[in-house]
Amino acid sequence: MRTIRSKWLRATALAIAMLTAVAAIQPTSALAAGSQVNLTGAGATFPYPIYSKWFDLYNKETGVQINYQSIGSGGGIQQVKAGTVDFGASDAPLNNQRLKEMPRAVIHFPTVAGAVVLAYNLPSVTAPLQLTPDVVAGIYMGKITMWNDKRIAASNAGVALPNMPIAAIHRSDGSGTSYIFTAYLSAVSAEWKELVGNNTSVSWPVGLGGKGNEGVSGLVRQAPGAIGYVELAYAKQNNFSVASIRNAAGKFIAPSIASTTAAANGAAAVLAKDVRTPIVNSPAPDAYPIAGLTFLLVNKEQRDQAKGKAIADFIAWAMTEGQKSAEALDYAPLPEAVVKVNQANLASLTFGGKPLVAKK
Amino acid sequence: MKPRADDLYRGLLTGAAGVVFFIVFLIAWESVTGAALSMKTIGWSFLLGTEWDPVMDHYGALPYVIGTLATSLIALLIAVPLGIGSAVFLAELASRKMGEIVSFVMELLAAIPSIVYGIWGFFVLAPVLRSAVEPWLIQHFGFLPLFRGIPFGIGILNASLILAVMIVPTIVSISREMLLASPRSLREASLALGATQTESILVALSAAKPGILGAVILALGRALGETMAVTMVIGNTNRIPHSILDPGATMASVIANEFTEATSPLYISALIQIALVLFAVTIVVNALARLLVYWATGGRQDTAGAA
Amino acid sequence: MTSTRRVKNIAFIAACYLASALVVAPLLFILGHLLGKGLAGLNWEFFTHMPKPVGELGGGVANAIVGTLLIVGMAALLAVPIGVAAGVYLAEYGRGRFATLVRYTTDVLSGIPSIVVGVAAYGLVVVPMGRFSGLAGSVALAILMLPTIIRSTEEMVRLVPRSYREAALALGAPRWKTIQQIVIPAARPGIMTASMLAVARASGETAPLLFTALGNRFWSLKLDEPMATLPVFIFDYARAPYDDWNRQAWAGALVLVLLVTLLSALLRLTVRRVRAA
Repeated sequence: MRTIRSKWLRATALAIAMLTAVAAIQPTSALAAGSQVNLTGAGATFPYPIYSKWFDLYNKETGVQINYQSIGSGGGIQQVKAGTVDFGASDAPLNNQRLKEMPRAVIHFPTVAGAVVLAYNLPSVTAPLQLTPDVVAGIYMGKITMWNDKRIAASNAGVALPNMPIAAIHRSDGSGTSYIFTAYLSAVSAEWKELVGNNTSVSWPVGLGGKGNEGVSGLVRQAPGAIGYVELAYAKQNNFSVASIRNAAGKFIAPSIASTTAAANGAAAVLAKDVRTPIVNSPAPDAYPIAGLTFLLVNKEQRDQAKGKAIADFIAWAMTEGQKSAEALDYAPLPEAVVKVNQANLASLTFGGKPLVAKK
Repeated sequence: MKPRADDLYRGLLTGAAGVVFFIVFLIAWESVTGAALSMKTIGWSFLLGTEWDPVMDHYGALPYVIGTLATSLIALLIAVPLGIGSAVFLAELASRKMGEIVSFVMELLAAIPSIVYGIWGFFVLAPVLRSAVEPWLIQHFGFLPLFRGIPFGIGILNASLILAVMIVPTIVSISREMLLASPRSLREASLALGATQTESILVALSAAKPGILGAVILALGRALGETMAVTMVIGNTNRIPHSILDPGATMASVIANEFTEATSPLYISALIQIALVLFAVTIVVNALARLLVYWATGGRQDTAGAA
Repeated sequence: MTSTRRVKNIAFIAACYLASALVVAPLLFILGHLLGKGLAGLNWEFFTHMPKPVGELGGGVANAIVGTLLIVGMAALLAVPIGVAAGVYLAEYGRGRFATLVRYTTDVLSGIPSIVVGVAAYGLVVVPMGRFSGLAGSVALAILMLPTIIRSTEEMVRLVPRSYREAALALGAPRWKTIQQIVIPAARPGIMTASMLAVARASGETAPLLFTALGNRFWSLKLDEPMATLPVFIFDYARAPYDDWNRQAWAGALVLVLLVTLLSALLRLTVRRVRAA
């Protein structure tokens, strides 16, 4: 040390060393010195707008820091699998096969319902476009390439469609939003089901990829002629034009909290049996056809008691306080039956084999 | 009689030097073991497979290989003439002051983080390409399949342009050193024989050819591995691009996009196999470059300053 | 001289001028846009506050700036001692086959794309640790800094005049003392500049941090937890569909560029003072 002649350099080196030492030897266990609990979660971008508000509110109320990184549902699933995060988030539920592949048992906790909307950038078109399932599938399969195609005009009488190529935007990362969207396309188009399928990451026949709901929104915003599928909250916050989609009952439904709630409530009975049941293409008359729940993925057996309790407390909060703020934040609250399922599942979380949360 | 302290000290230093082996070994080890599953299941025809399909758990990396090659080669096509021209300017034509200023600018260019290039490409270059350049290209060259497509503004063309800007400083700095290193006598002799300034510069250039080639290959190495700037402007699809206006992806960008979320073991392994390929290719390319520069300067020079 | 040759001469020279202008132009544009769009987002809040949730205006990068400094600082602490020691080895004892192999391997290391280093750091640090962490990010950055530090140190130490060593040895100093107390201090200014330039460059790296430090919306000084960094902040906010976030991304980019150039400039200044002392 004494060979560093300049006092300035020595001081800087010392400062860096001290800062690093202080940072590195911080107690990692939450039990030390009764300090607060910090949780790390990662996953879906679909609910990011509401999660970021929820975690901020929750932090102000309880001091618990929940650091959520929106890396996509696929990322949430993978990092839960790898054990690098305290919880994951995904709009694509794990099917039984995938659940078996998880090294530790995982429970799905749905948090809110959201709508996957088709946002488009056509400055000259002021009335909301009405799209049929065939048209949507056609656009994303590359069969409909121009905005003034007859098939689009067929359900939009009186609207002057521009002679512009359609830039279809999809997700480039593993996405629960893609999962919900492709579930819908597979339900309404046998050809799509055959050709592409339903998954978080598919081989898109045409179009550009954006990373996250944010990336897709960004691309739609930047490029006239673009159309992309994003969560309702993103579309609202960007003042995107969104399309009304014809649902299974034959009506053109605009995406909204009401129509999303209708889709969720319409499936309340089946959801109570298995929360992972898809709610796309709902037969309910006023339901928006491209809707889905989003889930928190939590390990049944928690390895850290304080962290496990913190997660359980947060989920309990989300089922009461959180649900109250859902509508204001552009998401649909869960049907009552699903909230009850969540509360029951909370009781099944364990630490060291024993229940984590005392039964109330 | 060597003092003990001397041995100890030398041992310490040798140990430190040995750390590089350890690190390279660790990286290679991680890559090989990670890619093992994919190499066993798919093998090396992986590089020729055209379908990257996570749904069917079926992976072929050709779209990314083509994306990487296309963007790097187009970037070189743009950067090499500009780079050599600038090097000539700096070494032969510019006054001292002008040369210093331009060199300083090059240093700054090289110091800008790649993410900043990325956001510039996305927010500034893309709209320009979308509204002016690409429609012009479609209009005048659209008869060639290479120039057909939708003017997205992002895609192979944008990525290639950004890459070109990023690798030009490498070409300029090394080429300039090569030119400065070639003996004055070469130019003086050709001038004495009545050559124009251009002709004598060309003589110097051909003498510096191996070194300049080394610079170009080094720049290629950089372009192959560049991730962030490309990820932001290349459009991220898993299909083979058929035109420079198409979106695409490179080996580096697909890893950045899909790594944290690859859910099946084969998916992760396939991505690591791509990383392994990148690893191997950049080693070979860089080794080639350094050999050329080393040979061109008779062993005096290496590419330290430019990397 | 024929006129064709004259024309060719002028054309070529003009082309070279043009080439230089074209190469310089992007920098002017980039700096221009950085300043233009970035300055708008810079305010006291930007430097002192945490990021705000979606939909709320404002917020800042305080945690990202500190995170970058911590992670880069830790990386430097890892890379500089090892790198300088290795460089000294190569300069002082580096004549055999081992040394040649070390040089070659250092070259190999310098050519590895940063994304590959990030993937390796994920497997080597994140997975065994069971969490994303600033430390993993530091390890990745240290690996990226190492080759440049080694090479520059070797160059600088080689430049120290032989007479220094010979004088020390003649006065009876043992070899190790000669190196440690005469040669290295003599080469120190150059070593420091080159090393810190490597450090400054590494602070702009994004790819390796994506899989290691991840990111953090909160204030965190703990290197064993995810940490916010400026490059990742820029990446996330640039891709976001909100105008306010995009503005913050440009502001963040401006801060990052200033950080990188400021660090470099500060270093050159310090070196001059050390030389004068």
